[in-house]
Amino acid sequence: MGGIPHDHYEPKAAWEKGLAKRLPIVGLLYDTLMIPTPKNLNWMWIWGIVLTFCLALQIITGIVLVMHYTPHVDYAFSSVEHIMRNVNGGAMLRYIHMNGASLFFVAVYAHIFRGLYYGSYKAPREITWVIGMLIYLLMMGTAFMGYVLPWGQMSFWGATVITGLFGAIPFIGESLQAWLLGGPAVDNATLNRFFSLHYLLPFVIAGLVIVHIWAFHTTGNNNPTGVEVRRGSKEEAEKDTLPFWPYFVIKDLFALAVILVVFFAVVGFMPNFLGHPDNYIEANALATPAHIVPEWYFLPFYAILRAFTDEVWVVQLAGFLTGGIVDAKFFGVMAMFGAIVVLALSPWLDTSSVRSARYRPMLKWWFWLLVVDFFVLMWVGAMPAEEPFNTISLIASAYWFAYFLVILPLLGVIEKPEAQPATIEEDFAAHYGGDDAGAAPSTQPAE
Amino acid sequence: MFKKLAASVVAAVMLSTSAFAAGEATGHVENVDFSFDGPFGSYDQNQLQRGLQIYTEICAACHGLKFVPLRTLGDEGGPALPEDQVRAYAEFYEVFDAELDDFRTATPSDHFPASALENAPDLSLMAKARAGFHGPYGLGINQLMNGIGGPEYITALLTGYTGEEKEEAGSVLYENTIFPGGWIAMAPPLYGDDLEFADGHATDLHHLSEDVSAFLMWTAEPKLVARKQAGFVGVLFLTVLSVLLYLTNKRIWAPVKSRYKK
Repeated sequence: MGGIPHDHYEPKAAWEKGLAKRLPIVGLLYDTLMIPTPKNLNWMWIWGIVLTFCLALQIITGIVLVMHYTPHVDYAFSSVEHIMRNVNGGAMLRYIHMNGASLFFVAVYAHIFRGLYYGSYKAPREITWVIGMLIYLLMMGTAFMGYVLPWGQMSFWGATVITGLFGAIPFIGESLQAWLLGGPAVDNATLNRFFSLHYLLPFVIAGLVIVHIWAFHTTGNNNPTGVEVRRGSKEEAEKDTLPFWPYFVIKDLFALAVILVVFFAVVGFMPNFLGHPDNYIEANALATPAHIVPEWYFLPFYAILRAFTDEVWVVQLAGFLTGGIVDAKFFGVMAMFGAIVVLALSPWLDTSSVRSARYRPMLKWWFWLLVVDFFVLMWVGAMPAEEPFNTISLIASAYWFAYFLVILPLLGVIEKPEAQPATIEEDFAAHYGGDDAGAAPSTQPAE
Repeated sequence: MFKKLAASVVAAVMLSTSAFAAGEATGHVENVDFSFDGPFGSYDQNQLQRGLQIYTEICAACHGLKFVPLRTLGDEGGPALPEDQVRAYAEFYEVFDAELDDFRTATPSDHFPASALENAPDLSLMAKARAGFHGPYGLGINQLMNGIGGPEYITALLTGYTGEEKEEAGSVLYENTIFPGGWIAMAPPLYGDDLEFADGHATDLHHLSEDVSAFLMWTAEPKLVARKQAGFVGVLFLTVLSVLLYLTNKRIWAPVKSRYKK
């Protein structure tokens, strides 16, 4: 696969040749597993394996949980308690599934910000990036619907608030919302369809993951320098790369094991750390919780949704220009989805010819500010909608959009990138060869 | 550089989650050193049995435990009542049997009855549905050592009555420093010396409150001990695996890296 020249599988025994002629599956697996991988990948390139593991973990634990769960408003909550009390290992199974969702999102955010820092989204990897964004959107949908299934207070009211977003769309909103819910309010029909989709979407994600891997196996991995692997000959390529097995499989498995130590400590010793106590109260349409807060992984986008109130001049202008069709609620919904759209459009918004922020002195600062911005949004998303949080979330939301719509296009023009290493091998040698072993002589500061 | 990012992801997750971990309590909830706190904590069987007695003689008049099967009173790591006692205890209760279309005496395979009063919430999960504290600095990491403060919240509520009462819309409300809003419809259920224990254990208000809170933690999280054990085994096993994989990784990469060493 791909443009990097490397050895291919050669069937030797008669049965291997016979099989290869009929179904070249061994060759496909060989090429996938032995793909030439840049030897200078750092520890931020481990999240893909963690994510694959999370998907498998969630599907396996989920399938077993479904065997004991009842998707009906009268039985959902007590069937979860049945899992927690009567099913062998049920409590662990459910806590792993519950916290597995959080691990999944920790990993996906680290993976996305890795891509943003090292310019992994740039040509020729735009398709990998956009498919990744689709996977991320589906993950959010799946997680949201999964959170509704235990039918606790936050499940119910979270579902009411989030589906209410679709009701904000002008003209068709109300009918669309009723169509999504299967009725005028969140009820049994909603629970049933969410259950159905929560089971279906992970398999759609699995399909997209295969396409995601196919795409970056075709272009080859990006790497911390952003410099491409030399492809002139097999010998040249081998200087820049190592086969995925065993070098990166073992490295990734080591990282995964370390991450799972933390994961198991959370599941075993503080499984409700990331949950909300209100979700241990059965759903009640007549009692609204004091604060309705989404799960932590939705908070940054929830903050953007709430940032645009009636008092913001942009919202007022949009309302004036459209004759009141765009109100604050609809504007917020558009901003929330827009925040993900601009992320997906990064490959075309970034005008710089240099991939890695390592050699982009200005982008580096703006990038870390974006990371801080993300956490600020996460924090204000959990706060009540009052001052000073409204102002903070407005500023933080504005920066999110400014980064993608202004800074990325502009920096490509005004920034002076630093010198990049000529090859990946040079970078690797400089890192492991000590001060003077690098292929490029390092300049000594004048005395 | 990206180690910083990984660290800040973890920190921010903690910061944001605990920020909204329902701080419903109005007053200050004091930590209680329960036997089940911390990674190696387990339930105190005698305390759970005392708590069961308090629940049965006092709370059960209004409240229910509809998610808790009576047979689990015999579970290891829980109250661990002997089998004949579980059966005898079950006979206290009458349950509605849909097949008979009538009430009958409960057996260990039945659940505790639901609340007798409509406005008395079911207590099965109360200790997980309330968060007493989320420190330090709102980070919530002290859950690892102290739990989410659910049983502490119950203890504080039971001891938080000021003695003031008022009438509102025909019902009496009692002032409580812990309950959200400060006024609760439940009359003080415990005063101290409300009952006697067979083993002569202290029956002052604080001890009774703690005992019944511990029991309610068990009803909410009956598999706590098994879970902590599984967690410990998991952490231990994965730590060993990490070390082995670290050494394997080092060994595999050594020749590649040494090629560039001077």
